[in-house]
Amino acid sequence: MSDVLLEVRNLETFYGPIMAIRGVSLEVRKGRVVTVLGANGAGKTTLLKTISGIMDPEKGKILFEGKDIQGWEPHRVVQAGIVHVPEGREVFPLLTVEENLALGAYTRSDRAEIARDRDLVFNYFPILAERRYQEAGTLSGGQQQMLAIGRGLMLRPEIMLLDEPSLGLSPLLTQEIFAILKRLNKDEGVTMMLVEQNAAVALELADDGYVMELGRIVMSGTADRLASSEDIQSFYLGHDTEGARGERRWKRKKTWR
Amino acid sequence: MEVLQLLISGLANGCVYGLIALGFVLIYKATEAVNFAQGDFMMLGAFVTLGLVNPEYMGIPFWLALPLVFVIMGVLGYLLDLVVLRAVFGQSQVAVIIVTIALGFVIRFAVGEIWGHEPQSLRSPLALGDVRVGDLVLGLADVAVIIVTVIMTILLWQFFQRTKMGLAMQAASQNQMAAYYMGIPVKRIQGMVWALAGIVAAVAGILYASKGALDPSAGFIGIKAFAAAVIGGFGSLPGALLGGLIVGVIEPFAARYLPPGWSQIAPYALLIAVLLFRPHGLFAQVRAKKV
Ligand SMILES: Nc1ncnc2c1ncn2[C@@H]1O[C@H](COP(=O)(O)OP(=O)(O)O)[C@@H](O)[C@H]1O
Ligand SMILES: [Mg+2]
Repeated sequence: MSDVLLEVRNLETFYGPIMAIRGVSLEVRKGRVVTVLGANGAGKTTLLKTISGIMDPEKGKILFEGKDIQGWEPHRVVQAGIVHVPEGREVFPLLTVEENLALGAYTRSDRAEIARDRDLVFNYFPILAERRYQEAGTLSGGQQQMLAIGRGLMLRPEIMLLDEPSLGLSPLLTQEIFAILKRLNKDEGVTMMLVEQNAAVALELADDGYVMELGRIVMSGTADRLASSEDIQSFYLGHDTEGARGERRWKRKKTWR
Repeated sequence: MEVLQLLISGLANGCVYGLIALGFVLIYKATEAVNFAQGDFMMLGAFVTLGLVNPEYMGIPFWLALPLVFVIMGVLGYLLDLVVLRAVFGQSQVAVIIVTIALGFVIRFAVGEIWGHEPQSLRSPLALGDVRVGDLVLGLADVAVIIVTVIMTILLWQFFQRTKMGLAMQAASQNQMAAYYMGIPVKRIQGMVWALAGIVAAVAGILYASKGALDPSAGFIGIKAFAAAVIGGFGSLPGALLGGLIVGVIEPFAARYLPPGWSQIAPYALLIAVLLFRPHGLFAQVRAKKV
Protein backbone atom coordinates (compact mmCIF):
# COMPACT_ATOMS: atom_id res chain seq x y z
CA MET A 1 0.00 0.00 0.00
CA SER A 2 1.29 3.46 -0.81
CA ASP A 3 0.30 5.24 2.38
CA VAL A 4 2.26 2.92 4.67
CA LEU A 5 4.55 5.19 6.69
CA LEU A 6 6.36 2.64 8.83
CA GLU A 7 6.76 -1.02 8.16
CA VAL A 8 8.55 -3.60 10.28
CA ARG A 9 9.38 -6.96 8.73
CA ASN A 10 10.48 -10.10 10.60
CA LEU A 11 12.35 -8.16 13.23
CA GLU A 12 14.53 -10.05 15.71
CA THR A 13 16.28 -8.27 18.60
CA PHE A 14 18.43 -9.77 21.34
CA TYR A 15 19.76 -8.82 24.75
CA GLY A 16 22.87 -10.93 24.61
CA PRO A 17 21.51 -14.47 24.37
CA ILE A 18 17.97 -13.42 25.26
CA MET A 19 15.73 -13.08 22.23
CA ALA A 20 13.32 -10.28 23.12
CA ILE A 21 11.75 -9.73 19.67
CA ARG A 22 11.03 -12.94 17.82
CA GLY A 23 10.14 -12.06 14.25
CA VAL A 24 7.72 -9.16 14.49
CA SER A 25 6.04 -7.72 11.42
CA LEU A 26 3.64 -4.80 11.46
CA GLU A 27 2.74 -1.63 9.61
CA VAL A 28 1.58 1.86 10.45
CA ARG A 29 -0.29 3.89 7.85
CA LYS A 30 -0.04 7.65 7.60
CA GLY A 31 -2.39 9.55 9.88
CA ARG A 32 -3.40 6.47 11.87
CA VAL A 33 -2.95 5.50 15.49
CA VAL A 34 -1.68 1.95 15.80
CA THR A 35 -1.46 0.35 19.21
CA VAL A 36 0.69 -2.57 20.29
CA LEU A 37 -0.79 -4.25 23.35
CA GLY A 38 1.03 -6.64 25.58
CA ALA A 39 1.72 -7.58 29.16
CA ASN A 40 4.85 -6.59 31.04
CA GLY A 41 7.90 -8.15 29.42
CA ALA A 42 6.22 -8.84 26.08
CA GLY A 43 8.91 -6.87 24.27
CA LYS A 44 7.06 -3.64 23.51
CA THR A 45 9.79 -1.30 24.73
CA THR A 46 12.44 -3.33 22.93
CA LEU A 47 10.42 -3.06 19.72
CA LEU A 48 10.27 0.74 19.97
CA LYS A 49 13.96 0.97 20.87
CA THR A 50 14.82 -1.07 17.83
CA ILE A 51 12.76 1.17 15.57
CA SER A 52 14.33 4.35 16.96
CA GLY A 53 17.85 3.01 16.54
CA ILE A 54 18.74 2.75 20.23
CA MET A 55 19.08 -1.00 19.70
CA ASP A 56 20.18 -2.85 16.59
CA PRO A 57 18.17 -5.83 15.42
CA GLU A 58 19.84 -9.11 14.54
CA LYS A 59 17.51 -9.69 11.62
CA GLY A 60 14.69 -8.01 9.75
CA LYS A 61 13.90 -4.73 8.10
CA ILE A 62 12.54 -1.40 9.27
CA LEU A 63 11.13 0.60 6.38
CA PHE A 64 10.23 4.25 6.91
CA GLU A 65 8.67 6.03 3.93
CA GLY A 66 10.06 3.17 1.88
CA LYS A 67 13.68 3.63 3.06
CA ASP A 68 15.40 0.92 5.07
CA ILE A 69 16.44 2.72 8.26
CA GLN A 70 17.67 -0.37 10.09
CA GLY A 71 21.07 0.23 11.68
CA TRP A 72 20.87 4.04 11.49
CA GLU A 73 22.24 6.06 14.41
CA PRO A 74 19.45 7.34 16.71
CA HIS A 75 19.97 10.97 15.73
CA ARG A 76 19.58 10.13 12.05
CA VAL A 77 16.33 8.30 12.79
CA VAL A 78 15.09 11.38 14.63
CA GLN A 79 16.05 13.60 11.73
CA ALA A 80 14.09 11.36 9.41
CA GLY A 81 10.98 12.20 11.47
CA ILE A 82 10.55 9.40 13.99
CA VAL A 83 10.34 10.57 17.58
CA HIS A 84 10.35 8.20 20.53
CA VAL A 85 8.54 9.30 23.71
CA PRO A 86 10.14 6.87 26.13
CA GLU A 87 8.68 4.81 28.94
CA GLY A 88 8.96 6.67 32.26
CA ARG A 89 9.03 10.17 30.58
CA GLU A 90 12.82 10.63 30.81
CA VAL A 91 12.73 14.42 30.98
CA PHE A 92 15.87 16.46 31.65
CA PRO A 93 15.28 16.99 35.38
CA LEU A 94 17.45 20.06 36.05
CA LEU A 95 16.41 21.95 32.93
CA THR A 96 13.31 24.09 32.76
CA VAL A 97 10.16 23.09 30.90
CA GLU A 98 11.05 25.55 28.17
CA GLU A 99 14.59 24.20 27.83
CA ASN A 100 13.25 20.65 27.63
CA LEU A 101 10.98 21.73 24.80
CA ALA A 102 13.85 23.54 23.07
CA LEU A 103 15.82 20.28 23.14
CA GLY A 104 12.92 18.54 21.43
CA ALA A 105 13.64 20.81 18.49
CA TYR A 106 17.39 20.12 18.64
CA THR A 107 17.58 18.83 15.09
CA ARG A 108 15.70 21.84 13.67
CA SER A 109 16.95 25.34 13.02
CA ASP A 110 13.91 27.27 11.77
CA ARG A 111 13.50 29.61 14.75
CA ALA A 112 10.14 31.10 13.83
CA GLU A 113 8.60 27.69 13.17
CA ILE A 114 10.02 26.33 16.41
CA ALA A 115 8.41 29.20 18.33
CA ARG A 116 5.11 28.44 16.58
CA ASP A 117 5.33 24.79 17.56
CA ARG A 118 6.11 25.69 21.15
CA ASP A 119 2.94 27.79 21.24
CA LEU A 120 1.09 24.82 19.81
CA VAL A 121 2.42 22.59 22.59
CA PHE A 122 1.43 25.20 25.19
CA ASN A 123 -1.99 25.34 23.58
CA TYR A 124 -2.46 21.59 23.98
CA PHE A 125 -0.84 21.47 27.42
CA PRO A 126 -1.65 24.78 29.16
CA ILE A 127 -0.10 23.57 32.42
CA LEU A 128 3.30 23.49 30.68
CA ALA A 129 2.94 27.15 29.74
CA GLU A 130 2.20 27.93 33.36
CA ARG A 131 5.27 26.01 34.52
CA ARG A 132 7.57 27.02 31.68
CA TYR A 133 10.38 28.35 33.91
CA GLN A 134 10.16 25.50 36.41
CA GLU A 135 12.69 22.66 36.49
CA ALA A 136 11.22 19.56 34.89
CA GLY A 137 12.30 17.39 37.83
CA THR A 138 9.89 19.27 40.07
CA LEU A 139 6.82 18.50 37.93
CA SER A 140 4.32 15.82 38.89
CA GLY A 141 4.32 12.51 37.03
CA GLY A 142 1.42 13.53 34.82
CA GLN A 143 2.99 16.86 34.01
CA GLN A 144 6.27 15.13 33.16
CA GLN A 145 4.38 12.84 30.80
CA MET A 146 2.82 15.88 29.14
CA LEU A 147 6.26 17.44 28.84
CA ALA A 148 7.67 14.27 27.29
CA ILE A 149 4.87 14.27 24.70
CA GLY A 150 5.23 18.01 24.11
CA ARG A 151 8.98 17.65 23.73
CA GLY A 152 8.38 14.95 21.16
CA LEU A 153 5.97 17.20 19.26
CA MET A 154 8.64 19.91 19.07
CA LEU A 155 10.41 17.79 16.50
CA ARG A 156 7.33 18.03 14.30
CA PRO A 157 7.57 14.30 13.75
CA GLU A 158 6.12 12.21 10.93
CA ILE A 159 5.39 9.57 13.54
CA MET A 160 5.44 9.44 17.32
CA LEU A 161 6.38 6.25 19.13
CA LEU A 162 4.68 6.41 22.52
CA ASP A 163 5.82 3.96 25.19
CA GLU A 164 3.11 3.43 27.84
CA PRO A 165 2.08 7.05 28.39
CA SER A 166 -0.47 5.85 30.96
CA LEU A 167 2.14 4.16 33.16
CA GLY A 168 1.84 5.23 36.78
CA LEU A 169 -0.90 7.79 36.11
CA SER A 170 -4.32 7.96 37.71
CA PRO A 171 -7.28 6.93 35.49
CA LEU A 172 -8.38 10.55 35.34
CA LEU A 173 -4.99 11.83 34.19
CA THR A 174 -4.76 8.97 31.72
CA GLN A 175 -8.12 9.99 30.25
CA GLU A 176 -6.94 13.58 30.00
CA ILE A 177 -3.71 12.71 28.24
CA PHE A 178 -5.38 10.29 25.84
CA ALA A 179 -7.99 12.93 24.96
CA ILE A 180 -5.14 15.26 24.02
CA LEU A 181 -3.45 12.52 21.98
CA LYS A 182 -6.72 12.04 20.12
CA ARG A 183 -6.95 15.74 19.30
CA LEU A 184 -3.32 15.75 18.16
CA ASN A 185 -4.09 12.90 15.80
CA LYS A 186 -7.37 14.33 14.48
CA ASP A 187 -6.45 18.03 14.29
CA GLU A 188 -2.72 17.96 13.60
CA GLY A 189 -2.64 14.66 11.76
CA VAL A 190 0.14 13.19 13.92
CA THR A 191 0.68 9.50 13.17
CA MET A 192 1.21 7.44 16.30
CA MET A 193 2.46 4.04 17.30
CA LEU A 194 1.22 3.54 20.85
CA VAL A 195 2.51 0.80 23.08
CA GLU A 196 0.29 0.03 26.07
CA GLN A 197 -0.68 -2.43 28.76
CA ASN A 198 -3.84 -0.47 29.35
CA ALA A 199 -5.86 -1.96 26.49
CA ALA A 200 -9.08 -0.13 27.28
CA VAL A 201 -7.77 3.39 26.72
CA ALA A 202 -5.42 2.33 23.94
CA LEU A 203 -8.12 0.64 21.86
CA GLU A 204 -10.42 3.59 22.29
CA LEU A 205 -7.82 5.88 20.76
CA ALA A 206 -6.34 3.55 18.16
CA ASP A 207 -7.50 2.74 14.64
CA ASP A 208 -5.60 -0.53 14.41
CA GLY A 209 -3.92 -2.80 16.88
CA TYR A 210 -1.54 -5.68 17.43
CA VAL A 211 -1.21 -7.95 20.43
CA MET A 212 2.27 -9.00 21.46
CA GLU A 213 3.26 -11.90 23.68
CA LEU A 214 6.78 -13.08 24.49
CA GLY A 215 8.28 -11.19 21.57
CA ARG A 216 5.74 -12.27 18.95
CA ILE A 217 2.64 -10.71 17.39
CA VAL A 218 -0.16 -13.08 18.27
CA MET A 219 -3.13 -11.10 17.01
CA SER A 220 -3.90 -8.10 14.85
CA GLY A 221 -6.85 -6.20 13.46
CA THR A 222 -8.81 -3.00 13.64
CA ALA A 223 -9.16 -1.58 17.12
CA ASP A 224 -12.92 -2.24 17.06
CA ARG A 225 -12.42 -5.85 16.15
CA LEU A 226 -9.78 -6.35 18.81
CA ALA A 227 -11.91 -4.65 21.43
CA SER A 228 -14.73 -7.06 20.77
CA SER A 229 -12.56 -10.14 20.60
CA GLU A 230 -13.03 -12.61 23.40
CA ASP A 231 -9.33 -12.98 24.14
CA ILE A 232 -8.79 -9.29 24.53
CA GLN A 233 -11.92 -8.99 26.60
CA SER A 234 -10.76 -11.58 29.06
CA PHE A 235 -7.00 -10.95 29.24
CA TYR A 236 -6.63 -7.24 28.75
CA LEU A 237 -9.95 -5.64 29.54
CA GLY A 238 -10.51 -7.59 32.70
CA HIS A 239 -13.87 -9.07 31.67
CA ASP A 240 -12.83 -12.40 32.99
CA THR A 241 -15.90 -14.60 33.01
CA GLU A 242 -14.94 -18.22 33.20
CA GLY A 243 -12.19 -20.18 34.85
CA ALA A 244 -8.81 -19.17 36.16
CA ARG A 245 -6.98 -16.59 34.06
CA GLY A 246 -3.82 -18.66 33.68
CA GLU A 247 -5.63 -21.75 32.51
CA ARG A 248 -7.69 -19.90 29.97
CA ARG A 249 -4.70 -17.99 28.75
CA TRP A 250 -2.88 -21.24 28.17
CA LYS A 251 -5.73 -22.74 26.14
CA ARG A 252 -6.24 -19.62 24.11
CA LYS A 253 -2.59 -19.27 23.26
CA LYS A 254 -2.89 -22.48 21.32
CA THR A 255 -5.60 -21.09 19.10
CA TRP A 256 -3.50 -18.03 18.34
CA ARG A 257 -0.71 -19.97 16.75
CA MET B 1 45.40 43.78 56.63
CA GLU B 2 47.31 40.58 56.80
CA VAL B 3 44.02 38.74 56.55
CA LEU B 4 43.21 40.51 53.28
CA GLN B 5 46.62 39.57 51.90
CA LEU B 6 46.16 35.91 52.80
CA LEU B 7 42.64 35.96 51.43
CA ILE B 8 43.64 37.33 48.04
CA SER B 9 46.53 34.95 47.50
CA GLY B 10 44.33 32.10 48.73
CA LEU B 11 41.52 33.04 46.37
CA ALA B 12 43.93 33.27 43.46
CA ASN B 13 45.25 29.75 44.14
CA GLY B 14 41.66 28.66 44.64
CA CYS B 15 40.73 29.97 41.21
CA VAL B 16 43.29 27.66 39.61
CA TYR B 17 42.10 24.70 41.71
CA GLY B 18 38.53 25.62 40.88
CA LEU B 19 39.12 25.72 37.14
CA ILE B 20 40.86 22.34 37.21
CA ALA B 21 38.04 20.98 39.37
CA LEU B 22 35.63 22.36 36.78
CA GLY B 23 37.39 20.25 34.17
CA PHE B 24 36.99 17.14 36.33
CA VAL B 25 33.30 17.79 36.80
CA LEU B 26 32.58 18.73 33.17
CA ILE B 27 33.96 15.43 31.96
CA TYR B 28 32.47 13.43 34.81
CA LYS B 29 28.99 14.82 34.25
CA ALA B 30 29.07 14.31 30.51
CA THR B 31 30.72 10.90 30.33
CA GLU B 32 30.77 9.51 33.87
CA ALA B 33 34.52 9.15 33.52
CA VAL B 34 37.00 10.79 35.84
CA ASN B 35 39.92 12.29 33.95
CA PHE B 36 42.82 12.02 36.36
CA ALA B 37 45.02 13.77 33.82
CA GLN B 38 43.11 17.03 34.22
CA GLY B 39 45.94 18.55 36.30
CA ASP B 40 48.44 17.56 33.62
CA PHE B 41 46.14 19.06 31.02
CA MET B 42 46.47 22.30 32.94
CA MET B 43 50.25 21.98 32.95
CA LEU B 44 50.27 21.14 29.23
CA GLY B 45 48.11 24.17 28.45
CA ALA B 46 50.59 26.35 30.30
CA PHE B 47 53.55 24.85 28.45
CA VAL B 48 51.88 25.15 25.05
CA THR B 49 51.33 28.83 25.80
CA LEU B 50 54.90 29.20 27.01
CA GLY B 51 56.21 27.49 23.89
CA LEU B 52 54.25 29.84 21.66
CA VAL B 53 54.78 33.08 23.57
CA ASN B 54 58.19 33.08 25.25
CA PRO B 55 60.97 34.77 23.20
CA GLU B 56 63.36 31.83 23.63
CA TYR B 57 60.83 29.64 21.81
CA MET B 58 58.43 30.99 19.16
CA GLY B 59 57.91 34.50 20.49
CA ILE B 60 54.38 35.02 19.18
CA PRO B 61 52.56 37.97 20.82
CA PHE B 62 50.45 36.71 23.74
CA TRP B 63 47.07 37.83 22.43
CA LEU B 64 47.73 36.23 19.04
CA ALA B 65 48.88 33.02 20.68
CA LEU B 66 45.87 32.76 22.99
CA PRO B 67 43.30 31.62 20.38
CA LEU B 68 45.91 29.19 19.05
CA VAL B 69 46.35 27.72 22.53
CA PHE B 70 42.59 27.26 22.85
CA VAL B 71 42.36 25.57 19.46
CA ILE B 72 45.30 23.27 20.21
CA MET B 73 44.02 22.26 23.66
CA GLY B 74 40.43 21.94 22.42
CA VAL B 75 41.39 19.71 19.52
CA LEU B 76 43.63 17.68 21.80
CA GLY B 77 40.76 17.13 24.25
CA TYR B 78 38.43 16.13 21.44
CA LEU B 79 40.93 13.72 19.90
CA LEU B 80 41.70 12.18 23.27
CA ASP B 81 38.07 11.30 23.67
CA LEU B 82 37.80 10.08 20.10
CA VAL B 83 40.94 7.97 19.98
CA VAL B 84 41.84 6.95 23.52
CA LEU B 85 38.62 6.92 25.53
CA ARG B 86 36.39 5.39 22.86
CA ALA B 87 38.88 2.53 22.84
CA VAL B 88 38.00 1.70 26.45
CA PHE B 89 34.31 2.51 25.97
CA GLY B 90 32.12 -0.05 27.70
CA GLN B 91 34.96 -1.25 29.90
CA SER B 92 34.83 -0.77 33.63
CA GLN B 93 35.40 2.60 35.30
CA VAL B 94 38.73 1.27 36.51
CA ALA B 95 39.96 0.93 32.92
CA VAL B 96 39.08 4.56 32.24
CA ILE B 97 40.80 5.69 35.43
CA ILE B 98 43.96 3.76 34.58
CA VAL B 99 43.98 5.14 31.06
CA THR B 100 43.73 8.72 32.28
CA ILE B 101 46.40 8.19 34.93
CA ALA B 102 48.67 6.77 32.24
CA LEU B 103 47.83 9.76 30.11
CA GLY B 104 49.13 12.02 32.87
CA PHE B 105 52.48 10.20 32.80
CA VAL B 106 52.65 10.52 29.03
CA ILE B 107 51.93 14.25 29.16
CA ARG B 108 54.55 14.86 31.85
CA PHE B 109 57.11 12.85 29.91
CA ALA B 110 56.36 14.57 26.61
CA VAL B 111 56.46 18.05 28.13
CA GLY B 112 59.77 17.27 29.84
CA GLU B 113 61.22 16.06 26.55
CA ILE B 114 60.09 19.12 24.63
CA TRP B 115 60.57 21.94 27.12
CA GLY B 116 62.87 20.44 29.74
CA HIS B 117 62.41 19.94 33.45
CA GLU B 118 63.79 23.25 34.69
CA PRO B 119 61.31 25.75 36.13
CA GLN B 120 60.49 28.46 33.61
CA SER B 121 58.34 31.52 33.70
CA LEU B 122 55.68 32.42 31.20
CA ARG B 123 55.72 35.87 29.59
CA SER B 124 52.19 36.54 30.63
CA PRO B 125 50.54 39.97 30.58
CA LEU B 126 49.00 38.97 33.91
CA ALA B 127 52.39 38.61 35.63
CA LEU B 128 52.29 42.13 36.99
CA GLY B 129 54.44 42.01 40.11
CA ASP B 130 53.46 43.39 43.50
CA VAL B 131 52.16 46.73 44.67
CA ARG B 132 52.49 48.15 48.14
CA VAL B 133 49.44 49.84 49.63
CA GLY B 134 50.47 51.12 53.05
CA ASP B 135 51.85 48.02 54.78
CA LEU B 136 49.85 45.70 52.51
CA VAL B 137 51.65 43.86 49.72
CA LEU B 138 49.24 42.92 46.96
CA GLY B 139 50.19 40.50 44.21
CA LEU B 140 48.69 42.10 41.11
CA ALA B 141 48.89 38.74 39.37
CA ASP B 142 46.65 37.32 42.08
CA VAL B 143 44.07 40.04 41.51
CA ALA B 144 44.27 39.50 37.74
CA VAL B 145 43.80 35.76 38.20
CA ILE B 146 40.65 36.34 40.25
CA ILE B 147 39.25 38.75 37.67
CA VAL B 148 39.96 36.41 34.76
CA THR B 149 38.32 33.53 36.63
CA VAL B 150 35.21 35.61 37.23
CA ILE B 151 35.05 36.49 33.53
CA MET B 152 35.62 32.84 32.56
CA THR B 153 32.82 31.75 34.89
CA ILE B 154 30.40 34.25 33.37
CA LEU B 155 31.34 33.16 29.84
CA LEU B 156 30.86 29.49 30.70
CA TRP B 157 27.55 30.25 32.36
CA GLN B 158 26.36 32.11 29.26
CA PHE B 159 27.58 29.26 27.07
CA PHE B 160 25.57 26.69 29.01
CA GLN B 161 22.45 28.86 29.27
CA ARG B 162 22.31 30.51 25.88
CA THR B 163 23.82 28.26 23.26
CA LYS B 164 22.32 25.18 21.71
CA MET B 165 25.57 23.28 22.22
CA GLY B 166 25.66 24.23 25.91
CA LEU B 167 22.09 23.11 26.39
CA ALA B 168 22.79 19.85 24.59
CA MET B 169 25.80 19.24 26.87
CA GLN B 170 23.60 19.72 29.92
CA ALA B 171 20.95 17.43 28.46
CA ALA B 172 23.44 14.69 27.61
CA SER B 173 24.84 14.80 31.12
CA GLN B 174 21.45 14.79 32.88
CA ASN B 175 19.84 12.02 30.89
CA GLN B 176 21.96 10.45 28.20
CA MET B 177 19.24 8.12 26.95
CA ALA B 178 16.75 10.97 26.56
CA ALA B 179 19.40 12.97 24.73
CA TYR B 180 19.61 10.16 22.19
CA TYR B 181 15.82 10.19 21.87
CA MET B 182 15.95 13.91 21.06
CA GLY B 183 18.33 13.32 18.19
CA ILE B 184 21.32 14.80 20.00
CA PRO B 185 24.52 13.17 18.68
CA VAL B 186 25.63 12.26 22.18
CA LYS B 187 29.09 10.93 21.27
CA ARG B 188 29.99 14.11 19.41
CA ILE B 189 28.67 16.25 22.26
CA GLN B 190 30.84 14.28 24.70
CA GLY B 191 33.83 14.96 22.47
CA MET B 192 32.97 18.66 22.60
CA VAL B 193 32.88 18.47 26.40
CA TRP B 194 36.43 17.07 26.36
CA ALA B 195 37.39 19.93 24.05
CA LEU B 196 35.84 22.41 26.47
CA ALA B 197 37.68 20.77 29.38
CA GLY B 198 40.91 21.19 27.39
CA ILE B 199 40.21 24.90 26.92
CA VAL B 200 39.33 25.41 30.59
CA ALA B 201 42.56 23.58 31.50
CA ALA B 202 44.47 25.95 29.24
CA VAL B 203 42.99 28.95 31.03
CA ALA B 204 43.86 27.40 34.39
CA GLY B 205 47.40 26.72 33.16
CA ILE B 206 47.93 30.27 31.96
CA LEU B 207 46.68 31.62 35.28
CA TYR B 208 48.91 29.20 37.20
CA ALA B 209 51.96 30.19 35.17
CA SER B 210 51.17 33.89 35.62
CA LYS B 211 51.57 33.48 39.36
CA GLY B 212 54.95 31.78 39.43
CA ALA B 213 57.36 29.30 37.89
CA LEU B 214 56.22 26.39 35.77
CA ASP B 215 57.68 22.90 35.46
CA PRO B 216 56.32 19.54 34.26
CA SER B 217 55.34 18.45 37.77
CA ALA B 218 52.89 21.38 38.10
CA GLY B 219 50.06 19.03 37.19
CA PHE B 220 50.21 17.40 40.60
CA ILE B 221 48.04 20.19 42.00
CA GLY B 222 45.33 18.26 40.16
CA ILE B 223 45.13 16.13 43.31
CA LYS B 224 44.11 19.16 45.36
CA ALA B 225 41.71 20.18 42.63
CA PHE B 226 40.20 16.70 42.76
CA ALA B 227 39.66 17.12 46.49
CA ALA B 228 38.08 20.49 45.72
CA ALA B 229 35.71 18.90 43.21
CA VAL B 230 34.63 16.29 45.76
CA ILE B 231 34.20 18.92 48.47
CA GLY B 232 31.99 20.93 46.12
CA GLY B 233 29.88 17.92 45.18
CA PHE B 234 31.24 16.11 42.16
CA GLY B 235 28.23 16.73 39.96
CA SER B 236 28.00 20.48 40.27
CA LEU B 237 29.90 23.07 38.22
CA PRO B 238 29.44 26.00 40.65
CA GLY B 239 30.28 23.55 43.44
CA ALA B 240 33.60 22.72 41.77
CA LEU B 241 34.57 26.37 41.60
CA LEU B 242 33.50 27.03 45.17
CA GLY B 243 35.29 23.90 46.36
CA GLY B 244 38.43 25.18 44.67
CA LEU B 245 38.10 28.56 46.36
CA ILE B 246 37.59 26.92 49.76
CA VAL B 247 40.68 24.74 49.38
CA GLY B 248 42.68 27.72 48.10
CA VAL B 249 41.71 29.94 51.01
CA ILE B 250 42.19 27.28 53.69
CA GLU B 251 45.83 26.70 52.75
CA PRO B 252 47.41 30.09 53.51
CA PHE B 253 45.32 30.53 56.65
CA ALA B 254 46.29 27.10 57.95
CA ALA B 255 49.92 27.88 57.15
CA ARG B 256 49.74 31.14 59.05
CA TYR B 257 47.69 30.21 62.09
CA LEU B 258 48.10 26.43 62.58
CA PRO B 259 51.23 24.46 63.56
CA PRO B 260 53.68 23.72 60.73
CA GLY B 261 52.60 20.95 58.37
CA TRP B 262 48.90 21.45 58.89
CA SER B 263 48.45 23.50 55.77
CA GLN B 264 49.43 20.52 53.61
CA ILE B 265 46.81 18.25 55.08
CA ALA B 266 44.11 20.86 55.64
CA PRO B 267 42.41 20.35 52.25
CA TYR B 268 42.30 16.59 52.74
CA ALA B 269 41.08 16.87 56.31
CA LEU B 270 38.24 19.00 54.97
CA LEU B 271 37.65 16.44 52.22
CA ILE B 272 37.27 13.67 54.78
CA ALA B 273 35.00 15.81 56.94
CA VAL B 274 32.79 16.58 53.97
CA LEU B 275 32.64 12.94 52.92
CA LEU B 276 31.63 11.97 56.45
CA PHE B 277 29.02 14.64 57.06
CA ARG B 278 27.80 15.61 53.57
CA PRO B 279 28.69 12.70 51.30
CA HIS B 280 27.19 14.38 48.23
CA GLY B 281 29.41 17.42 48.71
CA LEU B 282 28.65 20.89 49.94
CA PHE B 283 26.85 22.08 46.83
CA ALA B 284 25.44 18.90 45.32
CA GLN B 285 22.66 19.03 42.79
CA VAL B 286 20.64 16.01 43.69
CA ARG B 287 17.10 15.79 42.52
CA ALA B 288 15.41 12.45 42.28
CA LYS B 289 13.31 11.73 39.24
CA LYS B 290 9.60 11.59 39.93
CA VAL B 291 7.75 8.60 38.66
N1 LIG C 1 18.44 -4.60 29.54
C1 LIG C 1 17.95 -5.84 29.41
N2 LIG C 1 18.77 -6.92 29.49
C2 LIG C 1 18.29 -8.17 29.35
N3 LIG C 1 17.01 -8.46 29.10
C3 LIG C 1 16.14 -7.44 29.00
C4 LIG C 1 16.56 -6.07 29.14
N4 LIG C 1 15.50 -5.27 28.97
C5 LIG C 1 14.46 -6.09 28.76
N5 LIG C 1 14.84 -7.38 28.77
C6 LIG C 1 13.98 -8.55 28.54
O1 LIG C 1 13.41 -8.44 27.26
C7 LIG C 1 12.06 -8.79 27.29
C8 LIG C 1 11.22 -7.66 26.76
O2 LIG C 1 11.31 -6.53 27.60
P1 LIG C 1 10.61 -5.15 27.27
O3 LIG C 1 10.83 -4.82 25.84
O4 LIG C 1 11.05 -4.15 28.26
O5 LIG C 1 9.08 -5.50 27.51
P2 LIG C 1 7.83 -4.55 27.74
O6 LIG C 1 8.20 -3.16 27.35
O7 LIG C 1 6.77 -5.13 26.86
O8 LIG C 1 7.47 -4.66 29.17
C9 LIG C 1 11.74 -9.15 28.73
O9 LIG C 1 11.78 -10.56 28.84
C10 LIG C 1 12.83 -8.53 29.52
O10 LIG C 1 13.14 -9.31 30.65
MG1 LIG D 1 8.11 -1.51 28.45
